Amino acid sequence: MGGPAWRALLRHGRCIAVFWSTSLEAEMEYQFNLLIESLAVVMTLAGNLFTLSLFYGHGRQLGGWSWDAALVVLGLHTLLDGMASTWLRPNLGALVKHVQNGSLDFVLLKPLDSQFWLSLRSLSPWGVPEMLSGLALVVVGLVRSGVRPDPAQAALALLMLLSGVAILYGLWFLLAATSIWFVKIWNATEVLRSLLAAGRYPVSAYPPALRLLFTTVLPIAFLTTVPAEVMLGRTAQAAVVPGLAMAVVSLLASRAIWQLALRHYTSASS
Amino acid sequence: MLEYRAEILLWALSGLLPLLMGALWSASPAAAASGLSLEAFSRYFLAAFVVRQFTIVWVVFAFEEDNLLGRLSPYLLQPLALIWRYAAAHLAEQATRVPFVAALVALVVVCQPAAFAMPSPGHLLLGLLAMHLGFWINFLLQHAITMLCFWSERASALERLLFLPYLYLSGLLAPLVVYPDAVRSVALHSPFAAMLWLPARLLSGGPIDVLAGFANALAWLLLLIPLNLLLWRAGVRRYSAMGA
Repeated sequence: MGGPAWRALLRHGRCIAVFWSTSLEAEMEYQFNLLIESLAVVMTLAGNLFTLSLFYGHGRQLGGWSWDAALVVLGLHTLLDGMASTWLRPNLGALVKHVQNGSLDFVLLKPLDSQFWLSLRSLSPWGVPEMLSGLALVVVGLVRSGVRPDPAQAALALLMLLSGVAILYGLWFLLAATSIWFVKIWNATEVLRSLLAAGRYPVSAYPPALRLLFTTVLPIAFLTTVPAEVMLGRTAQAAVVPGLAMAVVSLLASRAIWQLALRHYTSASS
Repeated sequence: MLEYRAEILLWALSGLLPLLMGALWSASPAAAASGLSLEAFSRYFLAAFVVRQFTIVWVVFAFEEDNLLGRLSPYLLQPLALIWRYAAAHLAEQATRVPFVAALVALVVVCQPAAFAMPSPGHLLLGLLAMHLGFWINFLLQHAITMLCFWSERASALERLLFLPYLYLSGLLAPLVVYPDAVRSVALHSPFAAMLWLPARLLSGGPIDVLAGFANALAWLLLLIPLNLLLWRAGVRRYSAMGA
């Protein structure tokens, strides 16, 4: 045992364990949040189902998706949104603050990759109820659509879901990294959040111009619609290629932009 | 405020949700079945976008930060109740938002000319008045939660519980006329309809019970003003600087 790659992996794994246990400990100071979050999850679920139901009824459908199939899309959106509150928002929000306060210098001095530290330092448990409700919606939607569990298809669906997560991370990190240039960028992540809300509905429900936007410039389609299509067996297996390509591009782009940003970084007030 | 033009533009862009919903509705068969024309949908959501821009409130976040960073103590020594400092900041930002919102509206209208129709002068005035009332209702509602900062470090978490009913009952996601009767009647009696539906409908045209709408708005204002006074007095008495 013990090539250098293996040792590095082990070291990073140990770091993550320390990072997450300390941030969970800190968050546990605010247990009242759990009550608020659980209430918020119930309200969000009720509100989202109600809003979706406005598009259905009397044989009408949304973008050619049945009610049960649309539930899968909604569930995936809820799952990813919960993941963003658990993982992306605490970390990338902190990145923007580090740039503003000048404490990014201390991060850069650490003997650890700065993108790794900034992307994984914090974990907030408060998105977990939302993730669970999203997962439940996906399962309900799949069962009601009569999908039979099939290992090959499940693996493919998982792969597409992971691609979606990679794309989401890429988008968040790209935006947060631009704070090196613009400093006050926190609200740019709010713009992203409001646009990601579009992923609550199948992409085919939007007018053609937006559909094009959501599959190319802002790849929202690959976050929820494409994984849902794979899970429901609505798509040919070749259709997963663009999603995978988009995920790889997102990850590489986040790495490239961070290296470029660091070259431009001049610390606060200089 | 003008120093932060980029920031204000980004905040303005973060309110794109009504326009997204407008696109979704105008492409959906449910829109045709609702009895409203497609132009009515586009016009409504454009008006909703504008109203949202000028009724948005963030007092709880500003107050919480001031409290945590210890800026509250010197503010409290000033001979003017703290609420006016935050109200003034909100109104000033609304003024700086005007050109950005105008540019975004112009962009939408160029892409989709049917989305704009000049309201009659009467409706325009009533709509602007309703929009301003809507801002104050939103502000006072959030300010009531803000006062809980005197008791808890993280009162801003409670804002979510206010935002969610706003999202689903204000008419931001769908014009209230497409709601089932029971839900619509709850929404119309909530403060949330006064924040968005009433002004957006007045500005975009279409039948609406103006009297009932304004009565609802005023009733909520009359309830919220004494509530805020009470909470403020109780909170200040409890205040001890952060860390003390």
